[in-house]
Amino acid sequence: MKKWLKSALALAIGGTSLLWSGMVQAVEIEYWQYTYASRVEAIDKLIQNFEAANPGITVKHTHFPYADYRKKVAIAVSAGDGPDVVQLYYGWLNDYRDGGLIQPLSKSAFPHATIEKDFFPMVSTMKVDGDYWGLPTAVRSLALFWNEDLFAEAGLSGPPETLDEFVDYAKKLTKKDADGNYLTVGFAVDTDGQDHHWWREVLIRLHGGQPYSDDGKKVTYASDAGAKALKFLTDVEATHKVGANGFMNRGQDAFAAGKAGMVLDGSFRISKFVKQDGLNFAISELPGHNGKRFNFSSYWVNGISSKADGEKKAAAEKFLQYLTSDEAMQLWLDTVGELPAKPAVALVDANKTHPLYGPFIRGLGYANATAFISEKPQRQALIDAYDMVVLQGVDPAEALKKVAKDEQEVFDEFFDQ
Amino acid sequence: MTAFWNKLTISQKLAITAWLFLAIPLVFYITIRFYPTVEAFYVSTLKWNLLGAKKAIGFKNYIKIFADEDFWLVLWNTIKYALVGVPVSMVIAFFIAYWLNEIDFGHDMIRAMYFIPFLTTAVAMAWVWRWFYQPLPIGYFNIMLSWVGIPQQPFLKSVTQALYAIMAPAVWAGLGFQIVIFIAGIRAIPRSYFEAAEIDGAGRWQILREITLPALKPTIIFLTVVSTIGFLRIFDQVYTMSADSAGGPLNSTKPLVLMIYEFAFDEFRLGRASALTVILFLILLVVSLVQLWLMRKHK
Repeated sequence: MKKWLKSALALAIGGTSLLWSGMVQAVEIEYWQYTYASRVEAIDKLIQNFEAANPGITVKHTHFPYADYRKKVAIAVSAGDGPDVVQLYYGWLNDYRDGGLIQPLSKSAFPHATIEKDFFPMVSTMKVDGDYWGLPTAVRSLALFWNEDLFAEAGLSGPPETLDEFVDYAKKLTKKDADGNYLTVGFAVDTDGQDHHWWREVLIRLHGGQPYSDDGKKVTYASDAGAKALKFLTDVEATHKVGANGFMNRGQDAFAAGKAGMVLDGSFRISKFVKQDGLNFAISELPGHNGKRFNFSSYWVNGISSKADGEKKAAAEKFLQYLTSDEAMQLWLDTVGELPAKPAVALVDANKTHPLYGPFIRGLGYANATAFISEKPQRQALIDAYDMVVLQGVDPAEALKKVAKDEQEVFDEFFDQ
Repeated sequence: MTAFWNKLTISQKLAITAWLFLAIPLVFYITIRFYPTVEAFYVSTLKWNLLGAKKAIGFKNYIKIFADEDFWLVLWNTIKYALVGVPVSMVIAFFIAYWLNEIDFGHDMIRAMYFIPFLTTAVAMAWVWRWFYQPLPIGYFNIMLSWVGIPQQPFLKSVTQALYAIMAPAVWAGLGFQIVIFIAGIRAIPRSYFEAAEIDGAGRWQILREITLPALKPTIIFLTVVSTIGFLRIFDQVYTMSADSAGGPLNSTKPLVLMIYEFAFDEFRLGRASALTVILFLILLVVSLVQLWLMRKHK
């Protein structure tokens, strides 16, 4: 064989095998989430880090508006298309599992003992039929935002520690004109915002009740405790007259404009208030009652879609491991403002004593996550109960009886599947 | 092929050509309009959450809808939008069109100004109105009321006022279209009718009652039907202006289309949503048939 032919052959074989090895190693997986500027930014940074550490894997990041998110994922995965790793609201997990859109996390890549040791206990909602179906990167809880200037003006030096103090402070913070119209509200009550979580998971428990049965199938808030909790919330507007639902459109707007002494919200709202010129605010844990404290937490999880298998599944597992790593959680906190899902990251001193995130992180220790079947109609239950009491003068216990019946229908229809 | 074509009579050729051209819109209508409509009837007999398996449940969705007191409230709301919105908007539109037709100075500019809201995005407009209705110290309407010493009104936060507060921008936005059609209708009446009436000594009111309004009957029927269907399908304004987009407070502003949207895309109860769609379809069908009947009678 001529020399040049030999070298050409060698080159061809070498080139092909190089190409072949490249093809074997190069895996592209898709990641889907909904469009929210800081989340998109965080995922882009995480993908960059992940790709640098795993040269054979590329991650394609797709995001679209929240309004379309759920149906698009469902349709795409059903059609064998769509993401390999997908971000889901924890309240949707049952639907996705039943629909066969996600697969259980393999025990080899995600040992149960490690999950249970590393994550906050609320992760147990992700374990169904002996398998974990998703893992959170970040969690949310609630805290009380208060306007330092208005507090100082009212002669108040710090946040309310108890529900009684809360009412007392709200009275001192409220300002009205000669006709009795609000100029500043003591508390910006907003049932469309986070107040329904406050009522369901905090106020009801503070009054000795619980919103749902332990197996999550029965509505149990139409009780004495539920009615007391609802009365506490509606009294803000109806009896004490220290706030009006939706004053200045939304509670967050009233607070941002400096027209509300206090508002209750999640850590994701910090970035909005920080950017507000002239707004001096502080954050504290939610007020307690009778020596007890409760909080509400929720989270988004990342799961592996049923579409991913073989090499893609292996790559998806690696990416999910990275998304739920300590490093990713700290980056998520710094970029998005949502709290790490692992105590080891969340409860470090720097985070726990952080003036803005600290109260939320401390609140996680006594928080409950609601196992929503369908968040919108379940939220509507409180909105309607509140309106019945405030707008129509219905007795809180009666109002709860009516909305509990509606909500139970949603449960029954779901569990009947 | 050519031989076959040549054998045909002219009328056969015309028919074939016509059907060829008709085939395009026909295919379009069958795939885009009729097929989904038939599918909606089918889905209305299922329990299906978009994700899992479809489960046939017969007419249970309809039975549940008719047993749901919220459905009857929502249906009544929908009828109220049409029942109040249509005559109010027609009377205002006719009044403006009638006087706008009389004036020469700045006619086009004023007409354009009335038409602009019709072109504006409903969502943007509804947001602005939502702010107008806010309580003091930011709500424009309440600020104006306070100037004249009237106590502030809850508007969107009242179970009795909210529906009308949402209807107002819907009426306002539709005025431009109705005015333009009314002016066209008025101008289409031969001038000689008016001149003859004036010579006979008829007054302005008599001319309006005896000539203008009867001559405008087709215009009035057309506008009534179009705006009735429009109000029966009202959605954007309610979705944007009611708190949490839920047609509240206490469902007092929720129309059928919003209820369909909630079942379909908030709760993923596709069967229930389709059943409601079928019910709305039947209502609109009746309205359209009444229109055809009225038009035929007119001829």
